[in-house]
Amino acid sequence: MSEFFGNWSVWLPELLDGYKFSLQICALALLWGVPVGLFLAIGTDSKIKMLRIFSICIVELGRGAPVLILLQFFYFGLPNVHVSLSSAAASVLALGWSTAAYTSEIIRGGLKAVPPGQREAAVTLGLAPATAMRIVIVPQAMRICLPPLLGFALVMLQTTSLCFTIALPEIVSRANEIGSATFQYMSVLMLTGLMYAAVCIPATIVVSQMERRLSRHI
Amino acid sequence: MEALIFLVALLKAVPWSLALTLSSFLLGALLAIPLCMMRISKHATLRAVAISVTVFMRSIPPIVWLFFIFFSFSEYVVQLSAFVAAMLGLGLITAANLAEIYRGALLAIPHGQREASHVLGLGFWDRAMSVMAPQVFRYSLPACSTYAIGLLKDTAIASTIGVPEVAQVAYQLSQQTFKGLEIYALAGCLYLLISFAMAWLSRSVDANLRARIER
Repeated sequence: MSEFFGNWSVWLPELLDGYKFSLQICALALLWGVPVGLFLAIGTDSKIKMLRIFSICIVELGRGAPVLILLQFFYFGLPNVHVSLSSAAASVLALGWSTAAYTSEIIRGGLKAVPPGQREAAVTLGLAPATAMRIVIVPQAMRICLPPLLGFALVMLQTTSLCFTIALPEIVSRANEIGSATFQYMSVLMLTGLMYAAVCIPATIVVSQMERRLSRHI
Repeated sequence: MEALIFLVALLKAVPWSLALTLSSFLLGALLAIPLCMMRISKHATLRAVAISVTVFMRSIPPIVWLFFIFFSFSEYVVQLSAFVAAMLGLGLITAANLAEIYRGALLAIPHGQREASHVLGLGFWDRAMSVMAPQVFRYSLPACSTYAIGLLKDTAIASTIGVPEVAQVAYQLSQQTFKGLEIYALAGCLYLLISFAMAWLSRSVDANLRARIER
């Protein structure tokens, strides 16, 4: 037993270092993915046909292809057209695309949930449609879809584990290195899983409580 | 010409992706039944166990589950094939998610159904099989098929432990030919097409069932 858990304290700093990297990649992907998701959400319901088709294509490709394929497309594919990305840049781009595609659907739901009277009132008050969108509709929509967006952020944190396949030194890569050096895969993977659970389980509980509190007022 | 060769190689891997999706979905759909029954049980302990299992399964990334099952079985029990390890891992995650979907469907069944079957004197088994199960199936079909489409995309993760499905073949081809751009674009479109087909299938089954009910 001591042999099984004995190395955990030795491995922990290395894994924590990788975990920090996972969190950073996740944060960066969300940071550019969610705003793009907002624009795609507006774009898929736009009256301009070209914009609508473009937005739908970006969303369907981002959701229809597995994230793993997107990651490897950016990392192994783009060098063919003489664009070589570091594994971190490829991860942020691919995960950001996926984020934009999935969150656009969440945000679209939020935009639809804002009562139509709000928009009519804003336009009647003389606001331009774009301004009405920016200062009246979007702030209300974002509040409605905050819990599902946070839930998605947790999924995205787990998805960063796929960056292991393009040699990003995040937590699963580190765990795999330790495993292949010590042959104690089971032990190190158990520690890795617990580290994910330690962040995701409390966060899930918080998000579901937020959801419950918000739905009480609607 | 070259693109055609890539396409044929990728198409040959499609049955592996489909087989993995189907088998892990079936495993999950079966395991979700006892999990869901525990989740709605009268005993607080059973409920707590079911909730913990569900949350725990969903809080750890699939890749970690697959590695854990694949490596620890070969370390301590018996060498599993990559396919079986992937099926077990994805099946367990599916069970946790489908149990929640079943629960939602059970809650959607009107109370009167339950009371009526009591009044008719149906036993637990008859009530479960002839009254509840068909309705749960119908109510949960759209959510289940959405999940199955997501699962198809999750099977790409099995490439990391060496299941020869689409993502794995794409990886190998791109490493051999350095033509990653075309290969991954083709693979992505292939997944997209399969998910469209699955969505279409589920919609037509759903429409069929609705038509039979509203007769």
